[in-house]
Amino acid sequence: MARIGVFVCHCGTNISATVDVKKVAEIAKGFPGVKFATDYRYMCSEPGQDLIQKMVKEHNLTRIVVAACSPSLHEKTFRTCTQNAGLNPYFFEMANIREQCSWVHDDREEATLKAIDIVKLATAKVGKNNPLQTTFIPVEKKVLIIGGGISGIQAAIDVAFNGFKAVIVEREPSIGGRMAMFDKTFPTLDCAACILTPKMVEVNQSDLIKLYTYSEVEEVSGYVGNFKVKIRRKARLVDENKCNGCGTCWQRCPVRLPSEFDMNLGKRKAIYVPFPQAVPNVPVIDQKHCLYINKKKCGICKKVCPFEAIDYEQEDEVIEEQFGAIIVATGFTMFDHSIYGEYGYGKYKNVTTGLHFERMLNSSGPTGGKIVRPSDGKEAKKVVFIQCVGSRDEARGMPYCSRLCCMYTAKQALLLKEHNPEAEAYVFYIDIRAAGKNYEEFVERVQDEYGATYLRGRVSKIFQRNGRLMVRGCDTLSGTQIEIDADLVVLATALIARPDAIKLAQMLHIPYDQNRLFTEAHPKLAPVETVTTGVFLTGACQSPKDIPDTVATASAASVKACGLLSHEKLPIDPQIARVDVEICSGCLACKEVCPFGAIEKEEIVDRVTQQKRWVAKVAPSLCNGCGACNTACRPGAIDLDGFTEEQIFGQIESLTADKGNER
Amino acid sequence: MMKVAYYPGCSLHSTAREYDISFQLVCRKLGIELQEIPHWVCCGSSPAHVTSHLLSIALPCKNLILAEEMGLDTVVAPCAACFNRLKIAKQEVAEDSKLKKEVQEVLGKPSAGKIEVKHPLQVIIEDVGLKKVEEMTRRKLQGLRVASYYGCLLVRPPSVINFDDPEDPQSMDNLVSALGGEALPWAFKTECCGASFSLSETDIVFELSGEILNEALEAGAECILVACPLCQSNLDLRQKGIEKRRGKKFNLPILYFTELLGLALGMSMRQLGLSRHIVNPSKLLERKLAVT
Amino acid sequence: MNDNRSVKEKNLELKPSPEKVKIAAFLCKWCSYAGADLAGGSRKKYPPNVIVIRTSCSARTNPLFVWKSLEKGLDGVLVSGCHPGECHYSEGNYHTRRNFAVFRKLLEYIGIEPERFHMSWVSAAEGDKWAQVVKEVVKTVESAGPNTYFSKKKEDNA
Repeated sequence: MARIGVFVCHCGTNISATVDVKKVAEIAKGFPGVKFATDYRYMCSEPGQDLIQKMVKEHNLTRIVVAACSPSLHEKTFRTCTQNAGLNPYFFEMANIREQCSWVHDDREEATLKAIDIVKLATAKVGKNNPLQTTFIPVEKKVLIIGGGISGIQAAIDVAFNGFKAVIVEREPSIGGRMAMFDKTFPTLDCAACILTPKMVEVNQSDLIKLYTYSEVEEVSGYVGNFKVKIRRKARLVDENKCNGCGTCWQRCPVRLPSEFDMNLGKRKAIYVPFPQAVPNVPVIDQKHCLYINKKKCGICKKVCPFEAIDYEQEDEVIEEQFGAIIVATGFTMFDHSIYGEYGYGKYKNVTTGLHFERMLNSSGPTGGKIVRPSDGKEAKKVVFIQCVGSRDEARGMPYCSRLCCMYTAKQALLLKEHNPEAEAYVFYIDIRAAGKNYEEFVERVQDEYGATYLRGRVSKIFQRNGRLMVRGCDTLSGTQIEIDADLVVLATALIARPDAIKLAQMLHIPYDQNRLFTEAHPKLAPVETVTTGVFLTGACQSPKDIPDTVATASAASVKACGLLSHEKLPIDPQIARVDVEICSGCLACKEVCPFGAIEKEEIVDRVTQQKRWVAKVAPSLCNGCGACNTACRPGAIDLDGFTEEQIFGQIESLTADKGNER
Repeated sequence: MMKVAYYPGCSLHSTAREYDISFQLVCRKLGIELQEIPHWVCCGSSPAHVTSHLLSIALPCKNLILAEEMGLDTVVAPCAACFNRLKIAKQEVAEDSKLKKEVQEVLGKPSAGKIEVKHPLQVIIEDVGLKKVEEMTRRKLQGLRVASYYGCLLVRPPSVINFDDPEDPQSMDNLVSALGGEALPWAFKTECCGASFSLSETDIVFELSGEILNEALEAGAECILVACPLCQSNLDLRQKGIEKRRGKKFNLPILYFTELLGLALGMSMRQLGLSRHIVNPSKLLERKLAVT
Repeated sequence: MNDNRSVKEKNLELKPSPEKVKIAAFLCKWCSYAGADLAGGSRKKYPPNVIVIRTSCSARTNPLFVWKSLEKGLDGVLVSGCHPGECHYSEGNYHTRRNFAVFRKLLEYIGIEPERFHMSWVSAAEGDKWAQVVKEVVKTVESAGPNTYFSKKKEDNA
């Protein structure tokens, strides 16, 4: 039989002003199993905690109830105190008589009565607490980074700097991501390639970082410390170990195709590296368009390769590796503006997007750094930029602000002027959002020094007249309608989640929001964590982010991941589900409702019949202790430590003990 | 024979008689029986919805009820504004039970919900079918260059109207193509003509309708096809004034699509009431189509 | 057993009124419990009739708990969790919602007043809402009066 000690806190006058704490302690003495009860001014103070430990010894107490504030404040404190008193730390319960009693009631008698009930509830529960032991799981000292953009690259570098291994899985043939496509970066106008490529090379040369490019994560199982991940390495048809990137093959390939990297403004071959600084500098063969693969003709690349690296027979390979933590850095994609009829449904060639413009600005890009009209290749002198295309548009686009468009549009307007001082830049905007270090100053400079014309208003229509684009919009500041005949229109399209984001979220058991952006564990206090322990977020897969923010979250996520990896073993909360195999009928209704995939079926030999049968089994490291399985279990075979059926039924009975008698 | 309730609205009984005449003739030819709603009332038009929301919904509802009482399942309204008001009223009442109750109280009858509201273009394209229209064509349009002008109310708001593209509608263009004319791509299909400012702020109409005429001419149009009496009257009636202001000759006949369809089906200009237009279309039509 | 007697005596001293309805509230620890804490932190006043039983997640609240509470003579029960779509365990409250939609029908079928059973979604940021919910629940349960469904049944059987 448990010997319970009840300690009622005054919390200065926070509790004692409304609740007669002496009375509560006095009455608690009469509750079943209570061997000692007292009140004290500040239970959480050192003397308060000493009092508990002293009384445990003096009265031979085996269970502790502290009636004070909310468990979210001091449960941990008193659990440690209980442990220090020589008891199992889980032989403790808190009765919340401050937040949920003294602070919300005025009537002293009513509040005292309620406090008595709350304490009664806690004593009824604590007597039935099981001794729980924190268990540990080993940690695989390797981090998986999904996505090889600036986010994944930075995360990998930081993980390696901390002395741990990292693996980057990148879908495209090269790492570098979106940033590799940019010309210059705001507000400093650093050349993107100049600051990115050294990082790409660092990743490639690090002994601790392994790159799987042209690869995708296919399956994730396991849990923090021990994720088992299947990675599909798509067939490159080029042997990475033999190829040295000399480029003979792609120079000779006869198939010319639009280059995705150049936003279809330039060409690539059927065997190609997406851009000259690609890492690894190993081409892939585009199987859809390769003449040899499709018609068994050509085969030039194989003939000319001096290293015999071309292998037409190569097939996809699925490898499995284990990781201690996962960093998700899958980035974003661009909103498809073709739903906007007023901008021509995407059918006007000279209505482009920011990324197209970025490629045109780039001196090693498809136009050699010239700003041209895609329709005829002639120089574009009058350029209209339209912001918030798909952003801040609940009806047809995304409800959120994409955060970087104001800045990159300003940068593009500036660069346009630098490329051609004669050029005219017009920017239609809703609001300028330039909250960042030196951002506002930059936008001011673009307007004042470079003479970009900023027009506050929306564009109602883009149409063609005599081969020129007519952009009709309003300037709300002057209250007039404006029509600009433009050579080129650049739309700042919204940054949105990748189309397969949900698939990945389900694989990793991480939540996503209505916009398919991955959700952090807490928007303020756990911004790079997810509710799945060991899975971290960085970059634009979580919400639109510019490069500095992306790099910051990448470093933050890698610190969190390395923090986990720095432990030999990880403790797991013992308040989790537990199956009584004697009662379990093996229906696995619990498995259906488990959000964490923590329940698997297991074959056991029945104790009585000596026959094999299936039962449910909980993976302790996966279980988060929500208890959905408990409610789903028909025979009541699965229980949740910390909130067992026995405990809760005990609480209900304690509440109604006197009620039943009265009526 | 397809039977539909016919809601002509005030324009088709007055300023847009030729729309009424040509529509009825075309329907007879295509095998559509029009039954005019007995005792129909005003659709509320713009004045109602700027004064009382309830009135603007109750008036069209009254007409819908009358049409439903005829035992028909479709009501057709050629005027784009009437069409728009009927559609909106039907949708608002269906979505808002409080409003529905109010309307019922005002009208003293349970409101109609089943009857479908259609524009003649819908009936011709969706129910008759362009293939059949093409087969019945007696007089091909001989590459007549036509700019189809839909105006603001016929295809918008898309969530209510749910017919054709709100930015670049195609139904009249497809009809023109089926009849052997050249449907011109142009950008001002759904621009505002100035609408009822024709009376109160004529300058605005001169400006806006002028833009439309100019754009059509630039696109190479020989005539403009419309499906709304107000658009027709602004572009037609105000054309002379616009020409004077802009110092530019347009001479663009503004035809109802039913008129052009009637001509293609073999009817004469006189039958279709084409003499009622201000900008005389007879020269163009005689020259191009050899009609009298 | 001596203990129990002393409880009674002391309770009498504090005079709990027999008409006062008593309600059990099962709150998930992430949202609703934290919301109730916030109500305290911001000193929102509400009636003292509701006693909170803390659970991991609203999905942990087995409909049997509600049943037992009513059977044992409590006058009302409230189950509260995070807003749908905001569950700490990502989907627990969807299960809750489904479970109790069925359970509510069972209560109706048996003939227990629907005023006795309540559900709400209160986030950790909604201290105000918690106070409001309690006020409304207490009011509704009071309208149904003391729960005599099971005690009457017992008498009938006797």
